[in-house]
Amino acid sequence: MLSNLGNILLFLNVILSLSIIYTANKNLKISGGVYKNIFYLSLIQSTSIIVCFFVLIAAFIVSDFSLITVYQNSHSLKPLFYKIAGTWGNHEGSLLLWVIILSIFSFLFLVYNNNHPKKFRLLTLIIQNILILSFLFFILFNSNPFSKISPIPSEGLGLNPILQDPALAIHPPLLYVGFVGASIYFSAAIASLISNYSDKSFSLSIKNWVLISWCFQTLGILVGSIWAYYELGWGGFWFWDPVENASLLPWFAMTALFHSLIVFEKRNLFYFWVIILCLITFTLSVTGTFLVRSGILNSVHTFASDPTRGINILIFLSLMIFGSIFLLFQKYKKENYDLNRNSKETFILVNNWFMMFYLITVLLGTIYPIFTDALTDNKISVGPPFYNAIIFPVVVVFLLFMALGPKAKWIKNKFENIRIYFFILAGAIGLNLAIIFFFKSYSLLSNFIIISALFLIISSLMDIAKAHKKNKSDFARIISHTSFGFLVLFIGLNDNFSLEKDYNIKLGETKKFENYSIQLQNLDLKKYKNYQAVIGKLEIKNINSNQTNILNPEIRIYNKPKTLTYEAAIKTSLIKDYYLTMSNIDRSDYYNIKFQKKPLMAWIWISVIMIVVGGVLRLFSNAKNN
Amino acid sequence: MQKIIKILILFIFLFVIGIFYISLTRDTNYNTSSLINKETPEFKINSFDDKNYLTRDDIKKNNYTLINFWASWCAPCKIEHPILMKLSQTKNLMILGINFKDKELHAKTFLSELGNPYDLLAKDKNGKHSVKFGIYGIPESILINRELMIIQKFVGPLSVDDYNNIIKIIE
Amino acid sequence: MKFNLLLLLFIFFSKFSFAVEKTVDPNLIHKNLRCLVCQGQSISDSNSDFAQTIKLVVKDLIDEGKTEDEIYEFMSDKYGDWIVFKPQFNTQNSLLWILPYIALIFGGFFVFSFLKKRH
Repeated sequence: MLSNLGNILLFLNVILSLSIIYTANKNLKISGGVYKNIFYLSLIQSTSIIVCFFVLIAAFIVSDFSLITVYQNSHSLKPLFYKIAGTWGNHEGSLLLWVIILSIFSFLFLVYNNNHPKKFRLLTLIIQNILILSFLFFILFNSNPFSKISPIPSEGLGLNPILQDPALAIHPPLLYVGFVGASIYFSAAIASLISNYSDKSFSLSIKNWVLISWCFQTLGILVGSIWAYYELGWGGFWFWDPVENASLLPWFAMTALFHSLIVFEKRNLFYFWVIILCLITFTLSVTGTFLVRSGILNSVHTFASDPTRGINILIFLSLMIFGSIFLLFQKYKKENYDLNRNSKETFILVNNWFMMFYLITVLLGTIYPIFTDALTDNKISVGPPFYNAIIFPVVVVFLLFMALGPKAKWIKNKFENIRIYFFILAGAIGLNLAIIFFFKSYSLLSNFIIISALFLIISSLMDIAKAHKKNKSDFARIISHTSFGFLVLFIGLNDNFSLEKDYNIKLGETKKFENYSIQLQNLDLKKYKNYQAVIGKLEIKNINSNQTNILNPEIRIYNKPKTLTYEAAIKTSLIKDYYLTMSNIDRSDYYNIKFQKKPLMAWIWISVIMIVVGGVLRLFSNAKNN
Repeated sequence: MQKIIKILILFIFLFVIGIFYISLTRDTNYNTSSLINKETPEFKINSFDDKNYLTRDDIKKNNYTLINFWASWCAPCKIEHPILMKLSQTKNLMILGINFKDKELHAKTFLSELGNPYDLLAKDKNGKHSVKFGIYGIPESILINRELMIIQKFVGPLSVDDYNNIIKIIE
Repeated sequence: MKFNLLLLLFIFFSKFSFAVEKTVDPNLIHKNLRCLVCQGQSISDSNSDFAQTIKLVVKDLIDEGKTEDEIYEFMSDKYGDWIVFKPQFNTQNSLLWILPYIALIFGGFFVFSFLKKRH
């Protein structure tokens, strides 16, 4: 029953999309405003796809195993929350979520841009609906969440237990709003090219959408990192894994985009560059989806992969790429800029320059193994050491530019009072020295990174006084830039001051290292609804301060599907996290424990949240100014 | 100039998509086939009864040697055992068994219950020797010729196809 | 003022030269080796039979006085390049290592070309 209802709604959406395209096309040829009908159609479209999604959620809640998707990803004993979250935790359901975001953004963009040319709005709508149609067809013919199975199984296969997690329940929707949201400025960019709507008012139509998608993308990446930190059990939060990179690539493009949009809005420069960035962002989102879902990359995060899906996304991707390139080549006109070497425009261009460098590096690292494998039959791994070696030295310079750039004036800048920057630099070096003297020394590169991060923080903070007097809207930038400085600083300190110890330990045994001792005091077997757990009781004692902490890492044995997972025990405080994992060693009565002390972890998360807060503030101030 | 850049951009995208397309049909599972056609590494492993050591000299004598890594706790090893038994009856092929991270008693019971196909038997108590051979999960078998070149690698239990394959090679 | 700065720099670098000790950190090596039987985990994160064995071998190699790079070379010799998270700099991987910097330099020229030419 639910299956039929879902399929009917999917078909309804195909018809709605087609009629929107048809009506909008008719509307283009007739003078006058945008038809009222188009608004209604768009509204019905968004509503019906949401209803369709609720049908799928309902199927998950009532555990309707006549649907293959529900059968493969759910289980009647699963807690209700994870039954619901399971709806978008799989390939088919998440595609439905894609279409929801495509549709809602399409509708809202139409509604909120009524002061822009009609032709541009209608063309954006048409292109967005072509995207929606492509995804609907993909869903219907290749990844239908409402496909039936017969005979109807009595029980589902269950969801991978490491995916049963609150962070992972909200991670995909956040990320999808981010990179699927990028579709709307992809469509708008194409529409702008076709309709020759190339003056700076174009930037007003998309800038808030770029910011919204950027905020969500950042939050999505953050939640994903937090999940990796406490669930994957290795104590890190970023592994430069292909799937993580896939979420980072559009982020670089978005960041570059909303910076260059500032120039475009103010000075009417860089039109084609802005268009290219709009196109790149969504193209990268689809490329990432292709890499993740087709299974050609080996990664921590597995999606059930299927080559036929890969080929469909690849066809879609090629059409998108070659369509945009063709159009761009047709419309491209050489623009001549005469920027002053020292001006805000140049500094923002420098931001874009670095963003493109990061983007190219991460993209290259992600797809290079595919190339070596296909061309020379040699599989290689590109992991953290590569990215750290290439990116970190450049970050040092980048942070310095990031500190100076916002202070520059438009058109022609002169840095008054250069001496103050030397004082700031001296202050940063002094602080860095203080850290070295009071705590611990670290490598030369770490020194440079921490100094430049401090430089950015101090010089951004000094702007607060200025912004208070003159330019209030600058607060958003100050918060984001300062927080980014803090983020780099905390990551740097965290990396240098982490302590990691690995032991094989027996019940009752004590291990000592530095000024800590660790004892495995007890092991407890507990039974839960859908898993059994071996719970360790370990006492961590700081010998100097005589402080003790009890940590309880777990080894869990889930029944459906049968999997072994290791739950880290984490004691978080503002200064440091204690992180402990325990795992059994086959054919032995020893347990392997890994203890980590990770300073300032909480501050890394807080910094990222503050970066987003800056973005949200900018959104509010934009809304107020309009 | 502009034309060249345009063609170049098109070419790059075509190339990337072409590679993506090729990769779709490729097997993404990793294997250590890169080790084939390399020389057998030097080794010195304790024999199973701890009486002496086995080295490369012990396998030089034979036309072909199959080095088989196994353990009593490994379920797939039981599955491939009949194939090993069959292989042990062929001439021209010596089978060197390396007992991997196992308890001696369990290993002995395993062999007395299922038969002993091994001409030579060694043990790798902590698994360190297996690393020299690029072993990452047992059962794994390596076929070596007289010149000590690795000519085949079998990851996972030997199948009937593998058996036929080996017979074809050694005849 | 200038003298102070020099003094600061001196202290800074002298402290730094203390820091450089040539010891091979097994944890770091474990982190840079892939656990072949796991899903995208490193040797350090895994407790599989394979990871345990590799840890033992890494320890032996360190005791033999092998450097970090020699250990990576040993591993990729045995298991292929797939096992090392840090791709070696060789002809096959040269583009991977060089292209980002070429992009950086090229981008620099590009930005520069937008700037006002001096007359």
